[in-house]
Amino acid sequence: MSNTPDAPEVSRPVVTPVRIVVALCLVAPFVAMLWVGSYTRTDPTFIGIPFFYWYQVSWVIIAAVFMAIAYKLWQYDERTRKSGGRS
Amino acid sequence: MNNGVNGVALTVFLFFFLLVTVMGFLAARWRKAEQNASLDEWGLGGRSFGTWVTWFLLGGDLYTAYTFVAVPAAIYAVGAAGFFAVPYTILVYPVIFTFLPRLWSVSHRHGYVTTSDFVRGRFGSKGLSLAVAVTGILATMPYIALQLVGIQAVLDVLGIGGDNSGNWFMKDLPLLIAFAVLAAYTYSSGLRAPALIAFVKDALIYIVIAVAIIYIPIKLGGFDDIFAAAGKKFAEAGKGGLIPPAGGHWAYATLALGSALALFMYPHSVTATLSSNSRNVIRRNTTILPLYSLMLGLLALLGFMAIAAGIKVKNGQLAIPLLFEHMFPSWFTGLAFAAIAIGALVPAAIMSIAAANLFTRNIYKDFIRPNATPEQETKVSKLVSLLVKVGALAFVLTMDKTVAINFQLLGGIWILQTMPAMVGGLFTRWFHRWALLAGWAAGMIYGTLAAYGVASPTQKHFGGSSDKIPGIGQIGYIGLTAFVLNIAVVVVGTFVLKAVKAPEGIDETTASDYTADAGDPGVQAELPTVGAAGH
Repeated sequence: MSNTPDAPEVSRPVVTPVRIVVALCLVAPFVAMLWVGSYTRTDPTFIGIPFFYWYQVSWVIIAAVFMAIAYKLWQYDERTRKSGGRS
Repeated sequence: MNNGVNGVALTVFLFFFLLVTVMGFLAARWRKAEQNASLDEWGLGGRSFGTWVTWFLLGGDLYTAYTFVAVPAAIYAVGAAGFFAVPYTILVYPVIFTFLPRLWSVSHRHGYVTTSDFVRGRFGSKGLSLAVAVTGILATMPYIALQLVGIQAVLDVLGIGGDNSGNWFMKDLPLLIAFAVLAAYTYSSGLRAPALIAFVKDALIYIVIAVAIIYIPIKLGGFDDIFAAAGKKFAEAGKGGLIPPAGGHWAYATLALGSALALFMYPHSVTATLSSNSRNVIRRNTTILPLYSLMLGLLALLGFMAIAAGIKVKNGQLAIPLLFEHMFPSWFTGLAFAAIAIGALVPAAIMSIAAANLFTRNIYKDFIRPNATPEQETKVSKLVSLLVKVGALAFVLTMDKTVAINFQLLGGIWILQTMPAMVGGLFTRWFHRWALLAGWAAGMIYGTLAAYGVASPTQKHFGGSSDKIPGIGQIGYIGLTAFVLNIAVVVVGTFVLKAVKAPEGIDETTASDYTADAGDPGVQAELPTVGAAGH
């Protein structure tokens, strides 16, 4: 057990292109939000709201889109893995 | 501060309060299973909730009355630094996506009700499981107390109870009634009560935010004026600002990251997750939960509006209730206050259930009565949920509010220290159980001492949650620093313990347990008998 920490039931590669895209979707919000210096500005404003605020709030929506993509791709990945393992 | 009771607002408020009370009791019959003696029924709603109920439950759970009051209050007081709550809730979703489905699967296979159940099963260590359980209970108690503080703030502005009444009994009576009602329906309906009430709560909250974010800026002359007024106030006060200062970037980022990692270590978040009926419900929820973050972002801006509206308070917690009372017609103020008060009842119910489950499963069953039947477990859990609430009430009534806030701050630091055992355990069995225990202890001690040493203008100790990060020299979130120390101890400890061949403990889980879904063999869709599976 201890030497197969994340092993799926089937012997398919753990790293696949689909999984890399999923990982990028999950990592993107961290990069954007933790890089605070990239958004500590007041300009340009949006209907009077400083950049700092509307930028972060719009990341809520961007992150939601990334999560939806990750969810769909992961479902696809699990389906192909399962059908491959059961046949 | 108040010129008597506002009759219209109070009537609307009471109407909604009665409505949720009735719903809370009726909830016991909602989707009831035939066999209802097990803790899964009372404590996890029969593990039967689909995507939308889970969404409401998680939303009701995480975005509490305290959040509604405290986030804009922080913005009101310091400006930009308080906005970290938004990146924090954004980062929560990828975190959920990564580990919670695995926890769901293994919990369903083995009938785990709490994270400590999992830790015990994975590492074969009752000691480690106890550490996780005690941390969870300690971190949850002040959180429940703060929910009651949220109700108090609203009642105060409404003109009933609080500082408006003469004697101590009248002062606390409204809070006592709200509390008794909450305790009664949680006792009888379990997790189903907050799940059902969460619908009302969220509907009200969304209406209030939508109206507030359009109506108040129009009345105040637009966002330009609002931010200009706020900028002027911060400049005059010489404290806070519209963007974080150059030296505040680390604090902002580490607070967001540390809080995001900690959120799903809290027992009440896990309870809401485990009550969902399939593994996919959790991932699907990460795509719709951001709606709450959007709401939180807008809500935070109310803090600036309170400044522009000329609200002046010493106690920042009252800024938003006062802003509402100041800007809205009476009936809508009543609705907004009902939203905040119900927003306190939902999480308080879930938190007390979660803490009670921890006590029952990981202290009572593991250490006091190992052969307790499912019926006895449920009975103990119900009683403990009452005790937990009485404890929180006593906390609020007898001690200064700042004590609850200090403890909640500590709770966040503490709960993060359970992450290596829980999340680490979900992905690998490499960590040694004793190393995890040592790392937990190191993180707890460092975090507590560091937080104790933070002074603020108003407090000598526990003045904040940020401190200088040793070795980096920047100001950062203490919880995250303690967490890094925790991991370092765990890794070094594991190498040492493996070298001396310390006993590893028995792992009762297998690799396939972590990817199992509803419908797979060994995963009952509903009502696995607690204690029978995997023991």
